Amino acid sequence: MQAEGLVAEEIEAGYGKVQVLWGISASVASGESVVLLGANGAGKTTLLRVLIGLLPARQGRIWLNGEEITHARPDRRVRSGLAYMSELGVFGGLTIEENLLIGGQFLPAARLRRSMAKLYEIFPVLAERRRALASSLSGGERKMLGIAKALAAEPKVLMMDEPSAGLSPLFVSEVVRTLKQLREGALAMLIAEQNIAFLDLADRVYTLEGGRVRFEGTVAAMHADNALHRSYFGLS
Amino acid sequence: MPNYVRDFVFVLLPLLVLLGVLPFFYRNELLLFNFTIYFALAQGLNVIYGFTGYLPFGYVGFFGVGAYGFALAIIHLTTSPALALAIAGLAALVLGVILIPLLRLSGAYFAIANLAAAQAVYHIVSNPDLQDITKGPYGVSLANVFAPRLSYYSALAITALASVVVIWFRNSRFGLALQAIRDDSLSAAMAGIPVVRQRTIAWLLSALIAGLTGGVFAWHISVFYPETAFDISISIFALVFALFGGATTLLGPVIGVLLLYGLYNLIGITIPQYFQLIYGILIVVLVLFLPQGIVSLVSRRGIRVP
Repeated sequence: MQAEGLVAEEIEAGYGKVQVLWGISASVASGESVVLLGANGAGKTTLLRVLIGLLPARQGRIWLNGEEITHARPDRRVRSGLAYMSELGVFGGLTIEENLLIGGQFLPAARLRRSMAKLYEIFPVLAERRRALASSLSGGERKMLGIAKALAAEPKVLMMDEPSAGLSPLFVSEVVRTLKQLREGALAMLIAEQNIAFLDLADRVYTLEGGRVRFEGTVAAMHADNALHRSYFGLS
Repeated sequence: MPNYVRDFVFVLLPLLVLLGVLPFFYRNELLLFNFTIYFALAQGLNVIYGFTGYLPFGYVGFFGVGAYGFALAIIHLTTSPALALAIAGLAALVLGVILIPLLRLSGAYFAIANLAAAQAVYHIVSNPDLQDITKGPYGVSLANVFAPRLSYYSALAITALASVVVIWFRNSRFGLALQAIRDDSLSAAMAGIPVVRQRTIAWLLSALIAGLTGGVFAWHISVFYPETAFDISISIFALVFALFGGATTLLGPVIGVLLLYGLYNLIGITIPQYFQLIYGILIVVLVLFLPQGIVSLVSRRGIRVP
């Protein structure tokens, strides 16, 4: 197990009597970008919910930077350096600035100010409208705010659930471009997606099918796996 | 000047000074007391509705329990009014703890369940079989501790306390996190906000404010019945005042109480036959055109309202 990053081992989870995840093991190391690829219902969102602590794992263990967090509350996990950008996104009734304040709520005031200043540099569109309500933003801008909100806490691992959801292809490219910028540091990224545009970011890929890991490896290895290619992309 | 200091200096301080000196110039002390009570209740309701979105139609339950907590402490324990007030707050807190499971509900379901809970407490208190303890439907008399001036200033202190809680919520990460929970509790949990704990703190603070207000109400009027202390119109008034002025702000409920309770007393006396009509029209107009309250006339232009 690597000391820095997020590791999940043999995770089983579900809702009521329905088991969704069947012994999933996955990891993302510091500075690494990993894409979880899978169709609707493959278990991507469920896995992320288990990792952030919104859904308990029935079996398996989770470590963040070497510390076991399997039974930790979500706020403890966020304080330990885990951030989650959900598909739901942002708080529409709050301003852009307030959304960022919520994102970085656990940081000391001075560090939070520095973090926000840095985010306004990365996302100038947010800086221009920092006093505007988040509900007044376009879909793409909201997505940017969602990412910025998750980054406000200066996390070590950033998990994103379908960052392309509801976006036009143009905005998807914009989101991918922004995430590439973020790869330069030690930030680890775990991105659950259906959109293969995000493979441009990936150091490694997991493909999920029916709550199980079907493939794990590099993008090149995934493309070389013809059977997988056919079943997932419908291509020959 | 930090926002919390500005809120205190420009809203709370003038209100406290005004209410503090008015009894020396204005003889209708009961009216002033009622204003003070509604300032406290509207802010207490603001704490739970404005910052978490829960609509407590049964808010009067905490008020009534506070009133009876005070009265029964005086009658059975022969405590001082100060200690009885603490017991009033504690009684409301206990009811708040019992009702914590209601926070699992939302929207109309929460409002109805909360109303039913307040009614249940009312029926327990007014039960003739409990006459030895609660005096049942026959009411209580606290003539031996009657102290109108002291109880008035105690009510003012509770208004100050309720307002300070709102100032804290308005200007702290805690209050911001509550607003995030109100917006979307699931996303708030994903952002690492301890949703259940923060909601519960707001709920109990709101209950405490209503309980203390009920206690000081019992002290001031000194003779009352279960239907006085558990009158549903107390909930409705506090709610309408907070909404009319603008919830989630300190100034909104103050404006709401000043305008609507002022109007209530004015038209209720001069043209009582049109009172319900005028009041109803006013509320309908507000809901249609200013759903965020009167303060939204300013806040929608990007100006911060205290």
